[in-house]
This record gives sequence, structure tokens and C-alpha cells, in this order.
Amino acid sequence: MATKAQNRVTPLTIISLALVAVWLIVAAFPFFWTLWGSFKVQADFFSKANWMNAFYGVNTIAETGSAFTGAGYHGAWIQEEFWKNVINTSIVVFFTVVISLTFGTLGGYALARSGFRYAFWILMAALVFRAMPHITLVSGYMLPFFKWNIWGHLPTTIIVLVAINQPFTLWMLHSFFLNIPKDMDESAMVDGCTRFQAFRHVIIPVMWPGVVTTGLFSFLLAYNDFAVTSMLLSSENETMVPAIASFLGTTQVEGNVMFAVAAVVSATAPLFVLILFFQRQIVSGLTAGAVKG
Amino acid sequence: MKHRPFFWFILPTLSAMILFIALPIISVFVQSLYIEHEQVIVVSESCGPFGCNPTTSIDLEATAALREDAPLGRFNGLATYTNRSHLAFIELGEAWRTTESLGEFWDQIMNLPFYRALIFTLTYTAAVTPMVILLGLAIAVGVNNLPKFLKGPSIFVSLLPFLVTPLVGSLILYWMVDSDGVIGATLQIIFDDPSLSLKASTTLTWVMLIIYGIWHMLPFSFITFYAGLQTVPEDTMEAAMIDGASKWQRMRHVIVPHLAPLMSFVTLMMLMDNFRVFEPIVSFSAEAHATSLSWIIFNDLRESGNPLYGSAGATSLLTVIGVILLLTPVLIRTWRDFNRKVH
Repeated sequence: MATKAQNRVTPLTIISLALVAVWLIVAAFPFFWTLWGSFKVQADFFSKANWMNAFYGVNTIAETGSAFTGAGYHGAWIQEEFWKNVINTSIVVFFTVVISLTFGTLGGYALARSGFRYAFWILMAALVFRAMPHITLVSGYMLPFFKWNIWGHLPTTIIVLVAINQPFTLWMLHSFFLNIPKDMDESAMVDGCTRFQAFRHVIIPVMWPGVVTTGLFSFLLAYNDFAVTSMLLSSENETMVPAIASFLGTTQVEGNVMFAVAAVVSATAPLFVLILFFQRQIVSGLTAGAVKG
Repeated sequence: MKHRPFFWFILPTLSAMILFIALPIISVFVQSLYIEHEQVIVVSESCGPFGCNPTTSIDLEATAALREDAPLGRFNGLATYTNRSHLAFIELGEAWRTTESLGEFWDQIMNLPFYRALIFTLTYTAAVTPMVILLGLAIAVGVNNLPKFLKGPSIFVSLLPFLVTPLVGSLILYWMVDSDGVIGATLQIIFDDPSLSLKASTTLTWVMLIIYGIWHMLPFSFITFYAGLQTVPEDTMEAAMIDGASKWQRMRHVIVPHLAPLMSFVTLMMLMDNFRVFEPIVSFSAEAHATSLSWIIFNDLRESGNPLYGSAGATSLLTVIGVILLLTPVLIRTWRDFNRKVH
């Protein structure tokens, strides 16, 4: 119902719209700027003389003969072998998401269907675990992992990321399963199914929306992680994010900072696509725990 | 659900959490009680034409063997916790006695690595959390008033800073505000001050890190509040309007109370995530001006060639205690809610 009173333009409305406009620019501009600048040479992207250089690419034209250059991407992907890091990231992220979701659906379902006090305690422990800064846990891994000789390998990192992911996954799937009526699986059990059969034949077919949403966040956690991957992976198994961090150390000194810029844009692109396709699920996931209180 | 199937369902996730979250905390505690081996020193007599002199040298082989033998190091008790790099009781007392003014005392504290990191971490958390909640609410209300076709794109754009990898997001901002970047260079021209640089000033570094924090976390509170706004009861709004409440009064007395539970949720998430602030310090190479608790652990572990596991362990445990203190009010409330539901 839109009445005149609601639509009247007050100073408050103008301020609030201006705030939104400013925010949208602040949120989006850095990404466009970096994307645009990644096709320029360093003298343009980091132009001391005039920022318009980055826009028109004056030095880029002078150095390469065209207003856009893929030199940064070539340097990062081929010369610095960023493609290896991309493959490592894909492996780590894929297995982390699959294993997290498998463990999480089983556990979340059990917690949602158990009224015993220990279920509550497990959820509370998970909440505390969720709050642990990841690097505090990493400092506990290093010595044992060195001792057992499993430091530096992808599977070690995957299982660590799965574990770090569990508290969040459990909470999210637990609240999702609470929304699936108990009657569904319980009537299946009255008909003679075991608990596991009821889960397999009744719950699994209807759980996919929740699993997809949770999976998106598991993906983001594994993809965005720096603390774990930078400490637990040897240099040949490095994933994208620690690789970008080490670019800063090495290539910046050699004047190849554009490699890092190109790598940063390459690492952001998949997230952009992810938001494009899954915006609705991401928003519903962000608010799932919250809106219900 | 009965105990037995519950056990089998929960087993994988529980064992993952126990093995890789609970046990590492214990392992962190154990290693914080130890300290790195000292190097093995060999004293030998070297005799020359002018008589014999004792010379000392480091026995590299023996040192390596010792490290191999007992990688944890020597038992050190709680001494690591109280040494200069951590709680620094002696240095604190000393500073309190010898300094004249509070400002001087403060300077002394800022020279102690643990307190320096703790103060930055708390400042960051305390500055970012309220700003994010206020601005998030304001933007949520603004977007809610936009025409329908603009809402989707606004949410899309807003999600970018939140979902982007923190290390990458902070780098993108850093490259812009750095003295050669578009904003940094322009500011230098505007203020006509070529020495104006992020790297040169502690205050600017702190401000920039906090701005990054707001930029990164704002979408979370915005989207949560935006979703909450969709559930504001229409009847109450109408009643308030009929009673003559202005827009501002409706905001203050209907919308904000309706969103109150969401605010406590957002605050909880903010506190947890801001307390672990880490990546922007790496991206901004800000360690000369600002360090956080997570960063000093990272730095101890990375100490090339000879990681300081004991020191990292002690800081980690102190950080964990900090997190638990931060969460206690929430845990107590959840416990009360649960008991109310059960009885």
C-alpha cells in the first residue's frame, strides 16, 4: 500500500538515498578500478603524476603500442606459474566442500532430531570453535604435522579446512533440518525404516536447497582462507591466496607488481561469477541463522 | 533420536572437530610450556704461539641432533607467558614505577609486542563493530526504499566486498590508497604534501585498516537488516502512521525494536570475525604501525628457519581466552534460553 505520506520526499529520504549511492560506489569502484588497471603497465596503474594515466593508459601506449596489455596476466599465469596454484585451489576447494557437506549433513540432521542435553552442548562447543581465530589452531598443528611427516600436502590441508568448516556447517544445516517437519522421517520409521533409511529415502531428496546454500559458504571459507593454506602448504603445493601473498614479497621487489594485480583479478573473477549465479542462495544463507532469531 | 543412531550420525563431524580443533588447543597449551633449545656451545682450547685461549663455537651438529630429539624444546613452565613478548609483568611494573605521566606509561606499553597487538585488535573490533551496524542499518533502510528494479543490483554490488578473499580485498584497497595509487597520489596533490603516506603514519595506518574493516563487513549487517526489514509487520507500521508518527519516529520506535534481536546476532558475528583481524595487516604490510594478535602468532610461526612454537602457543592460548571472555555473555544467554525451552 503506497500512500502519499509514504512517498513524500523528505530530507531524510534524500540523505538515505545519497548514502546508498555513496556506498554502492565505494563497494564497486575498487573492483572496476583494479580490473581496468590490470590491463595497464605499472607506470600507469601506479601513476604518481596523474591518475588519469591509468584511465587512458598513456604509458601503456608508449611501452606496448596499445592501450591495453595482457603482460601482467602473461607474467602471472605463465612466468610465475599461477596456473599451478589455480589447480591446487580447485582440488582443495572441491574436496573441502564435498567432505564438509557429507559430515555436516549427517551431524546437522542428528542434532536437529535429538532433544537430549548433549546435543545442546555439542552446538555450544561448535559455537566456541567457530569463534577461534584460525591461526591459533594452526600453531597447534605445525609440530605434530612435522613429526608425522604430513606437513605440506594437499590432503592434510583439506582435512584441516574440513574440520575448521564443521562448526559453521553444523549450525547452518542444523537450523535448516529443524525446518523440515519431523513427521516426514518419523512416519517413514513407523513404516519400518531404520533411522538411516529414513534419512536416505525421505530427508536426502528434500535437503538440497539447504545443502547448496551451506555448500556456497563452505566454498567461500576454503577459497578465501589464508591462515591455514599459507602455513600448512609447501611452496609447490601452494594455493592461490598464499601465492598472491608471496608474489608481494618476490615480484614487487623486481618491479613486477602488475603480476600480483593480474593474479588478484584472476582470483576475484570466480567469486564474481559465483555471486552472479547464486545471489539469492547467498542472501538466504546469510540471513538463515539470523531472521529466525 | 536414540543415542545409538545419534552417535553414528555425529561421529564423522565430531571426530573431525575433536581431532583438529579441540586437540590442537591442547597441543598449543603443551607447546607453550616449552621453549626452543639453546644452541650447543663447545668450548675448546686453541693453542697458538702466545699460549692457549679458550674459544667458544656453536656445535651445529649437536644442536640439530638436540632439536631432532626433542622438537618441543626445553620445559619452561609458565615463564613464556610472563616474559617480555607476552604478559610482561616485570616490564609493566617497571614502566609503572619509572614513568611520570600516563602518556609516558602508555608509550612504554605500546613497545611491548603483546599489548601493542592486543590494543590494536580491541580498537579495531570496537571501532568496526558499531560503525558497521549503524551504517548497515542506514543502507538497508535506503535500499528498501529503492524502486524494485534497483534492489537486486544493489545487493549484488554490496556482496562483492564481503565475499572477496580478505587478503585480496585489502590488497585492492591498499593499491588505491598507497602513495602511488589513485587515491593516495591524489590526496598528496590536494594537500600539497608529498610526504603524506600511509606507510609513514601510525594514525593513518590504523584509520585505513579500520576503513577496510568497515568496507569488508558492512554488507553482512546490511543484508541481515535488509532481510529483517522485509518482516516488519505492516499493521504496526500503519498504526504508527495513523497515530501521526513521522518517518524518523517510525524508524526509532517500530523498525529498530523489531530488528533488535538481529542486532545482537550481527554483533556476535562481528565480534568473532573482527577479533581475528589478520589478512589486512599482511596486505598493507602494516606491521611497523599495527599488529594484531593473529598477526603476531603468524609472525612467530614464520620466523624463518627457527619458528618460535612456544611463543606462538602462549599467544594463541591467550587469544583463545580472550575469545571466550568475549563470548561469555552470549553463551550465558543461550544457556538460559535453552533451559527455558526445556522446562
